[in-house]
Amino acid sequence: MTTIKSRGTVTIDVDTCKGCELCITACPPRVLSMTDEVNHLGYRYPQLHPGCTGCAACLMVCPDFCFEVFRFDEPVMTDLAGGAEEQS
Amino acid sequence: MTAVPTAQRRLMEGSEAIAEAAIAAGCRFFAGYPMTPFTELLEHLAKKLPEVGGVCINAESELEAVGMAWGALATGARAATGSTGQGLSLMQESFSEITLAELPLVVFNMARGQQDYFQATRGGGHGDYRHLVLAPLDIAEAVELTQLAFHLADKWRNPVLVYGDYLLAHTHQAVSVEPVEFAPLPPKAWAVDGSGGGTGDSQLVTPLGLAKHGHEAPGIERHLRGITAKHADMESEEQRAETAFCDDAETVVVAFGTPAKFVRYVVSQLRAEGEKVGFVRPISLWPYPFGAVADATAGATTVAVFELCAGQMIDDVRLAVLGRAPIVPIGGISTDGSGFGVGPLLDAEVIRERVLAAHRGGVDAELPPLPVNERG
Amino acid sequence: MSGEHEGPVGPVLDTSAPPDHAKKVADLKPDLLLTQEHNMCPGCGEPLALRVYLEALQELGVTQRSIMVAGIGCYTAFTSTVDVDLVQALHGRAPSVATGAKRMRPDAVVFTLQGDGDMVNEGLQEVLHTAARGEKVTCILLNNGVFGETGGHMTATSVLGQRTKNSLDGRDAEYHGYPILIGDLIARLQGAAYVARGSVHNAGAVARTKKMFRRAFESQLRGDGFTFVEVLTMCPTGWFIPTGDGPEYMHETLGEVHIMGELKVGGVVKTTEELHEENAARQREVEHALERGGLDR
Repeated sequence: MTTIKSRGTVTIDVDTCKGCELCITACPPRVLSMTDEVNHLGYRYPQLHPGCTGCAACLMVCPDFCFEVFRFDEPVMTDLAGGAEEQS
Repeated sequence: MTAVPTAQRRLMEGSEAIAEAAIAAGCRFFAGYPMTPFTELLEHLAKKLPEVGGVCINAESELEAVGMAWGALATGARAATGSTGQGLSLMQESFSEITLAELPLVVFNMARGQQDYFQATRGGGHGDYRHLVLAPLDIAEAVELTQLAFHLADKWRNPVLVYGDYLLAHTHQAVSVEPVEFAPLPPKAWAVDGSGGGTGDSQLVTPLGLAKHGHEAPGIERHLRGITAKHADMESEEQRAETAFCDDAETVVVAFGTPAKFVRYVVSQLRAEGEKVGFVRPISLWPYPFGAVADATAGATTVAVFELCAGQMIDDVRLAVLGRAPIVPIGGISTDGSGFGVGPLLDAEVIRERVLAAHRGGVDAELPPLPVNERG
Repeated sequence: MSGEHEGPVGPVLDTSAPPDHAKKVADLKPDLLLTQEHNMCPGCGEPLALRVYLEALQELGVTQRSIMVAGIGCYTAFTSTVDVDLVQALHGRAPSVATGAKRMRPDAVVFTLQGDGDMVNEGLQEVLHTAARGEKVTCILLNNGVFGETGGHMTATSVLGQRTKNSLDGRDAEYHGYPILIGDLIARLQGAAYVARGSVHNAGAVARTKKMFRRAFESQLRGDGFTFVEVLTMCPTGWFIPTGDGPEYMHETLGEVHIMGELKVGGVVKTTEELHEENAARQREVEHALERGGLDR
């Protein structure tokens, strides 16, 4: 079983996203992927997976100001097999 | 405005008097590019403005001169620029947009003759804009009209152009630059000084009809209509003219600016000799004093127009007279060898002959040929 | 960096609301931006530059004495949404307007926002003279190598081979001439105190660009002279490429000609070779960090 540590997380304002995908490549731990759904503007938008470090690279490269970035008081561990989150 | 002590009469050239008048009016920023016969105005302001804590910049071209004045105006300062006709040609885009941004620019055209009348009154810039235009007769009037220009510019939030020329710029006269008192004006709440930043109420000085987020923007159409709505008010309130001897005049001569002083002299001379001639001098070229010119020429059988160009103001005279009397152009292109200055047509004797020819011959008058500048 | 990466693994997490037991470390938008909404194209680099210079102003505590002078381009739309006192200028003519404003308000932080078409085509004379005179203003150039607002046309900074709507076969030296490296030109003018060229093609570049803005504004506050920050930005629309390819395209085209770095600091001009070396050294550091497993997996 793999456990992934997330030091941070983000909120994503999906309705403002224009689907440019700059955040996907900018994210150093590569924890963002694009959805298959579209928002009300017709754009696909990013979604977050475990492993975020709270580095805010996504926020810095997002032209549409979609992100807020947070760091957890204690890192959150995610077990991949079960997918459940627990505080470590 | 702090009180300025009464100046003493001092021999100075017109450019210097205008510079002092601008400073008396509170002008604290000027930018310009040397060009004859405007250059001395720039020189005088370059010397005098720093003495009163102002700034005068030798701009890299006329385009930047008007741009710098724009920036100074936006901060609420009284600012001006100037040139001669050619330099003003370069500034036209900015003139249009400064008017649309409702900034109170004062512009000096120290012109080469009177052939910039269309440029001044019809505007060489794009769009629906007007500049108030004042044409001083001589240095004394230039001192008053320069100060009036700054007042009107602020009153209407619209540029004002002062139409001068070589003669005005370079004639020396004993002048006392007296500050003129004007009605108080409201503070410039629209000006930017940086203090709006971060308040949610930051200022936007723009010709585009935009507003800051959270405030209602007029949009470009409503904004442009708002600008032109001012024109009707300016037209009704800011017409200025001088008339003399018109009540029973058979021939009325129309002239503006420094040549008008010659024409006025000739008309008063002819009157003294019993000739029924009259004189009307538009002081505001925009708004043109159609009413005053119409009234002055109401009883005339001939209207003569004297201007130092091929015929520009004559169009406005035609609009004023509306066919009630024939209109005879008695001016023409006349300049010196350099093209900047005074030609042989600006001569009381020559003008007298031309006025008399129009007075006696009417629309069929045989005018003497235009004098020729010996140096071509 | 191109190449193979591990993709995301694990479940999709809820990103709709702020988390418990966490601190916010980065805000949605700068305080000086009244709304996050704008009509820039997807993948446009201009808002990235906008964010960091607004943040820089705020961090320096000068928001209540800042005057912005905007040129004409796509970024003109931001004149309504930045909470900064602002004067709109004509295409190319912001430096002269900034000059007049600063001369009348010497205590204000006065800066321009212009694109490459605006500053290097229409307004080349303005910015050069303003720099030469050492006017204490900061001119900011958003350089994407195209006239974006009119639909993607060649400018004086477009690079050889770059296809635009009026250089469809690519910019050709013989027919179209060579690009102007404006930051380098300005650095050699004595009145210019601080000149830098940054970019926004990745987060590291954005962070470095923010530092450049801070140094430029600080230099203005000290009264050193003219300061200049050029920022290479992505314009996938004007470059005819997918949005996601913007950063790489920019790095490999504009970025190879308009070399990034601090071109002039404290009166000393860096040569192109020195800039190349600095950039290469930084790139090596990043690669070492990655090899050492600097990322938290």
